[in-house]
Amino acid sequence: MTQSALSRTNPASHGGWFHYLANPGRFQRVARPALPWLVVLSLIFTVTGIIWGYWFAPADWQQGDAARIMYVHVPAAWVAMAGYAALAFCSLLSLVWRHPLADIAAEEIGPVGAGFTAVCLVSGSLWGKPMWGAYWVWDARLTSVLILFFLYLGHIALIRAFDNKAHAYRAAAILALAGAVNLPIIVFSVQWWNTLHQGNTISLTGPSKIYITMLYPLLIASVGFYLTFVTLVVARMCAAISERKTISLLRAMAEHGQ
Amino acid sequence: MRTPKKKRLYLVLACLVCLGGAVALSLAAFSSSLTYFLSPRQVAAHAPPAGQSFRLGGIVQMGTVSTSVSNDTPTTRFAVTDGRAAVNVVFTGLLPDLFREGQGIVAIGSMGPGGVFTADEVLAKHGADYMPKDVEQELKASGKWDPRFGPPPDASAWNDMKVKDGT
Repeated sequence: MTQSALSRTNPASHGGWFHYLANPGRFQRVARPALPWLVVLSLIFTVTGIIWGYWFAPADWQQGDAARIMYVHVPAAWVAMAGYAALAFCSLLSLVWRHPLADIAAEEIGPVGAGFTAVCLVSGSLWGKPMWGAYWVWDARLTSVLILFFLYLGHIALIRAFDNKAHAYRAAAILALAGAVNLPIIVFSVQWWNTLHQGNTISLTGPSKIYITMLYPLLIASVGFYLTFVTLVVARMCAAISERKTISLLRAMAEHGQ
Repeated sequence: MRTPKKKRLYLVLACLVCLGGAVALSLAAFSSSLTYFLSPRQVAAHAPPAGQSFRLGGIVQMGTVSTSVSNDTPTTRFAVTDGRAAVNVVFTGLLPDLFREGQGIVAIGSMGPGGVFTADEVLAKHGADYMPKDVEQELKASGKWDPRFGPPPDASAWNDMKVKDGT
């Protein structure tokens, strides 16, 4: 991306904030001051949720203390899926509206989302051994989350595989959108098929199946994980925009023989 | 008005609909092999041939577990049920901690002689209900939850139950 694209101001005659934020330079000016607040909020929520869950929440009636892995496993799984949904949304913006900020966001969401998916897979594996009797089974839920992890890895590789950035963004966006088909499969896998993985404990539409003092730390840890994801992605995006600015400045200086 | 943006949007949406349809059709076609285990009812309807390995899943039927020990290795016999049919299972080895009557399990093995399922591995499947032990005992003592008839009632029924370990 060239200097002119970075400093281009959108007419914003229609579309409002949506086009307003398409300018990476403008995004950086809004996001930079917000970063310290995001860091503090993520830490407060994550640490509160984890400490409450691991030290103060009651042990589970059937799984005992092993159930406490959920305060890491469940938030990581939610963020892994929401992160992929965000990646797919950015890819749609990139393909259809050629939204320059969406390309940068897609490139930076990949590694963070893959990290949360890895946390989900590893914590789930450590939970599976003492409870089920196996680190890994090939049931529909576990397999579809493993595919999510590979989709993230594929996206990370593809978006960095081209010398021409425009080609890279288009190819990676197509992969991300095609992979979005996997999201409903993950969500409904425990309802559509018999799985060793448990069914849903928390449902947005129906009643929950968790005691209130176990639910609160779980929700607080989840807010913390979501904020951590946003913080990491915004920080990476600001750094990426600065990097592009620096590169185009250096290139301009070289071209003018200075 | 057919602006390039609208054209691209319709193209992307059309591709997604086609891809989604293709995936849905293949998942529907392979649905039986995506299922991690067969229920006793499915086994009773068409049992896989003897010697062919498959996974059997269900609830350990109340009052059917018996264990005998030879050479320091326990052999456990129990029945797995889904409420409509039951399959007798024999397993030699150590069971997971969560194994008990009324617990969901998945056994990996094959049908042996006499219609008894010989398991090579037994995995415990736990329910989706999370509560302190005191609440569980209170629910069972007050008759709100009889484990013989399935999972506990919705959390709204016991979330305000005061217990000493509810922290």
